[in-house]
Amino acid sequence: MAGRRLTMAEAISEAFAQEMERDPNVFIMGEDVGVYGGIFGATKGLIEKFGPERVMDTPISETGFIGAAIGAAAAGMRPVAELMFVDFFGVCMDQIYNHLAKNTYMSGGNVRLPVVITTAIGGGYNDAAQHSQCLYGVFAHVPGLKVVVPSNAYDAKGLLIEAIRDDNPVLYMFHKGIMGLPWMAYFEGSTTEVPEEPYTIPFGQARVVREGKDLTIVTLSQMVHKAVIAAEMLAKEGIEAEILDLRTLVPLDREAVLASVAKTGRLLVADEDYLGFGLTGEIAAIVGEHLDRIALRAPIKRLGVPNVPIPYSRPLEQFVIPQVEHIVAAAKETMQGRVAAGGRA
Amino acid sequence: MSPSKAQLLWMYEKMVEIRYYEETMAKVYMEGKLPPHIQKGLAFDIGSGPVPGEMHLAAGQEPVAVGVCAHLRDEDTVVGTHRPHHFAIAKGVPLDKMTAEIFGKKTGLGKGKGGHMHLFDPAHNFSCSGIVGASLPPACGAALAAKKRGQDRVAVAFFGEGAANQGAFHESLNLAALWQLPAIFVCEDNHWAISVPKEKAVSVASVADRACAYGMPGVCVPENDPLQVFEAVGEAVARARRGEGPTLIEVKTFRYFGHFQGDAEVYRPKDEVKHLRALDPIPKLAARLKQDGVLTAQEEEAIVARARQRVDEAFAFARQSPYPAPQEALEDVFV
Repeated sequence: MAGRRLTMAEAISEAFAQEMERDPNVFIMGEDVGVYGGIFGATKGLIEKFGPERVMDTPISETGFIGAAIGAAAAGMRPVAELMFVDFFGVCMDQIYNHLAKNTYMSGGNVRLPVVITTAIGGGYNDAAQHSQCLYGVFAHVPGLKVVVPSNAYDAKGLLIEAIRDDNPVLYMFHKGIMGLPWMAYFEGSTTEVPEEPYTIPFGQARVVREGKDLTIVTLSQMVHKAVIAAEMLAKEGIEAEILDLRTLVPLDREAVLASVAKTGRLLVADEDYLGFGLTGEIAAIVGEHLDRIALRAPIKRLGVPNVPIPYSRPLEQFVIPQVEHIVAAAKETMQGRVAAGGRA
Repeated sequence: MSPSKAQLLWMYEKMVEIRYYEETMAKVYMEGKLPPHIQKGLAFDIGSGPVPGEMHLAAGQEPVAVGVCAHLRDEDTVVGTHRPHHFAIAKGVPLDKMTAEIFGKKTGLGKGKGGHMHLFDPAHNFSCSGIVGASLPPACGAALAAKKRGQDRVAVAFFGEGAANQGAFHESLNLAALWQLPAIFVCEDNHWAISVPKEKAVSVASVADRACAYGMPGVCVPENDPLQVFEAVGEAVARARRGEGPTLIEVKTFRYFGHFQGDAEVYRPKDEVKHLRALDPIPKLAARLKQDGVLTAQEEEAIVARARQRVDEAFAFARQSPYPAPQEALEDVFV
């Protein structure tokens, strides 16, 4: 019998419910997480089960409640704080990067801050520059935060339970376009079978979504689903792409990237964050630093938002956010690319 | 609420200890920072000597720390500021580990990774932050945790009058009042936000006036007097422990030193500190305690000697402690 299928939003709220049942120290704070159930459905049904003391609607005061999560965690609780859109980090970043991310280190490891910040990322639905960013590169850049970016319901549940049980701060970033919301088109591949019992997925383990011998596509979040469609199109033309879903950026599964690129000899990084100074460059650098064990057959290729704010108008947005056809084209270019012959002694 | 004899003597002893600590630190801090030990052409080098980096000392502000902490237990939370030594000492943070941290030693509270603005002592529920206004939200969180668990613990956030203009202040006061948290917000009004005087930065005469905007009591302590602080905070702590919510308290206090050591204080009227020191709260308290028969000259001598010995021992411990190995910089990002 086929297992039960959940949307990513359902898987996330189920993970919350099971952890809140298991551990009375877990509670959730955020804007519209209560009766509304979270703007993106991540906390749906929780207030009915756990009441307003454990599923707390907050004022629009991100510095206040994210800072309060830090204080409550230092006092031994395990708070979850939802930052409605990651784009809003601008109003509360001090508490996140100067306090949540650093207090453990500055205390020599004596302060534990088991805080999960959940937040919605991503564009593709014309919400423009202040509501469409991914920005995980920003949080992965700051030492002291684990950064989790699931691509499907199964991973979302296991990674969230792992995040809640982790004694360190975790940024848990879900893409709006894979939550399976009834009011936003989504990639149906994100709705998967999800076991009813609680389970964890360890951080730092990338998932091979599809095996292939010709090139490696390193990606994450919603872009995984675009890459899968692209790979099917490429397969019709005889190109077998291997797709790697990073799942977590901190910690990052460097070995999985290296192993796959060692096998295929070609790397395409497909990302929805900004191209400059971010994830794509990081992955490229990891491969570049290991050319003693990897023989590249073509130059590395990167896809990302080309260092412009996310535009509103549909044709503009579809142009700057990498789409399936962009991945297909980039993969073909990579297949035709050649590295310089020889190399210097 | 009147302090007991034991509380009076404790406040006096801690004030003496804090003052001697800060004065000792002021001297030690200058070691190795002046010509001819530094780069030619410099008058002062902030990164040299046994205690490098910025140094913000709290001499003159002792009444705030002791008047508050006299009411607190180990399990109550205190979140301090970038000028944190007086709070830490009054909260019971071990002096040796704190001083070692300020010296950047392996034996310090944070193994040398935090320094003077970032002192963390979970055993005494003490922490602080180098960011202005950042003490308030985590104090709300500690208070929230206490409330959720049905504990009669309180959380105190200290901050300066300059921080009362930060968004974090306003968000936190609203949260604390909305959720009726056992929090006490204590504003140290030392009149100076680095170089900017209060009248140029704060729209109201007293930060305590802002309490009414959030629906909580606001109390202004008009003198830099530990007994007045004790009284105001006693009521606030009692309210908080009874579950009646937060209080905002402003204390008019004195900053004897510059914003940081080495600050030329070009912005400050010449005689201001001289005038403030004439009102120094430590001899005032001693005189009053003697007058009331709480303190004898002999006891005073013993208290001063004890306090100085503790401080001297802490500095000796810090000096003698080893530095961390350089590669330890890579540890403790995560637990």
